[in-house]
Amino acid sequence: MAKISISNETQNLTWQRMKRQAVPFAYLSPTLLLLAVLSFIPIATVVYYSLMNNVIITKDPPSFVGLDNYVKILSDKNFFNALGNTLFFAIASVIAHFVLGLLFAMLLNSKVVGPVTKSLFRVIYILPWVFTASIIAVLWRLLLYPNGVVNYFMLGAGFSTEPIEWLSSRQLALPTVTFINIWSGYPFYMVSFLAGLQGISEDLYEAGKIDGASGIQLFRFITLPQLKPVIISLAMLDFIWTTHQFTLIWMTTGGGPVRATEMLSTFTYKLAFTSYEFSLASTTAMLILALSLFVGVFYVRNQRSANE
Amino acid sequence: MSKMMARPTRTGLTKALVFIGLILGALFAGLPVLWMFASSFKSNTEIFAYPPRLVDSSFSFTAYTTVLGDPQQRRFFFNSYLISGLVTLFTLIVGTLAGYSFSRYDFKFKRFLNLVIIGVQSVPPITLMIPYFGLIVWLQLYNSYGALILTYMVFTLPYAIIMMTGYFNTLPRELDEAVMIDGGSSFVVLWKILVPISLPGIVSVGVYTFMLAWNEFLFALTLTKTNDMRTVPIGIQLLMGQHSFEWNQMLAMSVLGSLPVLILFLVSQRYFIAGMAAGSIKG
Repeated sequence: MAKISISNETQNLTWQRMKRQAVPFAYLSPTLLLLAVLSFIPIATVVYYSLMNNVIITKDPPSFVGLDNYVKILSDKNFFNALGNTLFFAIASVIAHFVLGLLFAMLLNSKVVGPVTKSLFRVIYILPWVFTASIIAVLWRLLLYPNGVVNYFMLGAGFSTEPIEWLSSRQLALPTVTFINIWSGYPFYMVSFLAGLQGISEDLYEAGKIDGASGIQLFRFITLPQLKPVIISLAMLDFIWTTHQFTLIWMTTGGGPVRATEMLSTFTYKLAFTSYEFSLASTTAMLILALSLFVGVFYVRNQRSANE
Repeated sequence: MSKMMARPTRTGLTKALVFIGLILGALFAGLPVLWMFASSFKSNTEIFAYPPRLVDSSFSFTAYTTVLGDPQQRRFFFNSYLISGLVTLFTLIVGTLAGYSFSRYDFKFKRFLNLVIIGVQSVPPITLMIPYFGLIVWLQLYNSYGALILTYMVFTLPYAIIMMTGYFNTLPRELDEAVMIDGGSSFVVLWKILVPISLPGIVSVGVYTFMLAWNEFLFALTLTKTNDMRTVPIGIQLLMGQHSFEWNQMLAMSVLGSLPVLILFLVSQRYFIAGMAAGSIKG
């Protein structure tokens, strides 16, 4: 009697062990399938396209051309123009998002504000974030229209004598779309910083005050270092996402005037769907991927060290 | 003595500065939105009237009734709701299963897969756009709901998995063991114990997923062709492309297009912000 039950138990254990090894993959199978179809295969395809000519919509059959497409793109000054615009757009956005996000989070976290006022302001501050890029584009085109409300105040305050062409001037278009992106993106930082600030122990500040630290010193030596892991993650993620921004540019300037706001994303889109140069578009798509992965590697590393 | 005198004035000054800062910030964030909202009730000719006024005599709901009365525009909304709803549903199912696996099991390649999933978030949509075009045509899904539902999951799923793994990790394993001892399978543990407990987390992941899907533009632009398959963001772009700008209709559609996300956000903001803080940064 006892023997049977023991052998049953060992059998049970082996069975359970086998099951335990298969089970996690069973739960993961839909994910693995989707990732293969939506990520690995497409990336392999885009690598392949970038090494070929005449892909997707062509009269002639595809032919292998090696790195010719890369040479072509890397000697195209319009590509470097788009790269420069993208870097300006992304770096300026990341810095301004950080500053505004932290400033607003600290204002909201201030002890002099009551909880009701706080939650009211928090909702207002998050507002820009709930609008999708195409709606943000409509909104700012309305405000920045030559006869629009922003120019009314610019003229009224004497900053300008004639309506400013915010989005169609070659000098102003890039700073303007960057500003719009700053406006729409800071709440992501703010929300994360708010959580981060609430996680900093009050004892640290008390100890600092006892040591006679000023407000600025408390900020520099307690707040900033405590937020550092959050800041690094956010900045990298934001940089990657901002370099991908397509909709906002497409719906405000379309990359114009005369390529003044051309980004890597709009440049690639036009190569593919305006010029039907799918091979060249795949090549720039690969270069954007390389840029993202370069930053992405640091992001993953940072996430991993934060987890361990 | 002097210290006691200085204290109240100093906190008073801080208080004043904080409130000035808060109000300036609220104007920066809120005024543009308020202006859009107010302008959507103006007639098309009054939108750029000089001098500009927040509310003027042309106040009416005409733009809204026009948008909602147009079957074409209604179709955009229907498509957006359907696609975003289904993407959210599928993402939550697949993401919960994967999160459970990552949280409760040790297996080969776990670390590697985890890194891949974090890494997929940094793949540019524009890189995927070209092969997706080929893939979707090959799957005969071009210009269908399936095309968008399938491709949207590439950016909704990694976030959901990371978040769900994080939630499940906070729940003690003793819960699972209690069920297992009673003879429950691993799926019972997930479905009867972990899912109900982590409902707030699931809600916040669902809201974020819905937002991402509702806002998507690039794939909707390239993978659909006819107006009966277009979504709201593309619908707004189509209005923009017309020869005469129907500003008030565009604005009304923008307001209507923001409503679902705004409502979802307001209803679930407590869960949502807590969820963001718990999962998105620490991974």
